[in-house]
Amino acid sequence: MGTQQLLESLTDEQIKTDLPRFDIGDTINVHARIVEGEKERVQVFQGVLISRKGRGINEMITVRRIVDNIGVERTWPLNSPLIAKFEVVRRGDARRAKLYFLRDRVGKSRRLRDRRRGMKHIEGMKTVH
Amino acid sequence: MAPTMLGKKLGMTRVYDEDGKIVPVTVIELGPCVVTQLRTPERDGYSAVQVGFGEKAPRNATIPMIGHDAKAGTTPKRFHAEFRVDEGDASFEQGQVLTAADMADVKFVDVSGVSKGKGFAGGMKRHGFKGQLASHGVERKHRSPGSIGGHANNAGKAGRIKKGKKMAGRFGGENVTVRSLDVVKIDADRNLMLVKGPVPGANKSLVRVCPSVRLYKGKAAAAAG
Repeated sequence: MGTQQLLESLTDEQIKTDLPRFDIGDTINVHARIVEGEKERVQVFQGVLISRKGRGINEMITVRRIVDNIGVERTWPLNSPLIAKFEVVRRGDARRAKLYFLRDRVGKSRRLRDRRRGMKHIEGMKTVH
Repeated sequence: MAPTMLGKKLGMTRVYDEDGKIVPVTVIELGPCVVTQLRTPERDGYSAVQVGFGEKAPRNATIPMIGHDAKAGTTPKRFHAEFRVDEGDASFEQGQVLTAADMADVKFVDVSGVSKGKGFAGGMKRHGFKGQLASHGVERKHRSPGSIGGHANNAGKAGRIKKGKKMAGRFGGENVTVRSLDVVKIDADRNLMLVKGPVPGANKSLVRVCPSVRLYKGKAAAAAG
């Protein structure tokens, strides 16, 4: 086993294997576990997935939503145990890997087209994990 | 008594702790180390254990070194190191093989290695100087170390700059020890140790791992409570 494979094997068990398929442009719900003192609650953040970067245990996702007309972006480690659940709400059509251009968009142009084309390969796939 | 061992720095990655927080870790291949010699007060004047680590082809090893390691019943080793033990400590014997499992009880370790060479570095990188301002009339001097003191005789400095004055020069490539690192995990099957945070040196370089000599104040309090 090479060194790189060995390093990856150390984090294998912490990588989530049961994620639903979601692509850039999809609207997703992120169920984040929040620990407040003794209590723990789940906060749902719904928004457009605008970026996935990194590999393996380092993979990060960025989700953008509009709250009171102000853009809010949150970034999480994809494999964090503090995320209880991902849900795909809506499939969006995106032609690039990073949707940072949405930050400059205002009003209706913020929306992404529904992915009607090329949906076959994801039809019927589970949307919740 | 937990041994001091030699190992190889494999690289860094991250793991999640039980709270779900990310912990940056360095992976060290710890041993196997062979006890090649026991130093005794009668013969050597002090009490210590010598360990060998890493294989070396016999054709590359000198005859004396082959003979030295053969006394412990092992092949020639690339690296040797010693660590002191109390007089009369009988927990080690010649030929004994030490693995990561022998460090299983250790919570904190000190790790030494040769830091990455930085070449000829300026005062800011080498000594952490602040440099000069970015603006307010500073020209072409933003990273310079500033005044190095007077040269005059009358200040008792004998007309030259004080010895040991921190200036630019060769940086890195020297022995560095980081203390009180948390042991995150020990993988006895594969002889690996995961310690929190970075350790000196490049990947694949030799490191020396010993149980912490003493802990920083805050860490000692946390370990006790």
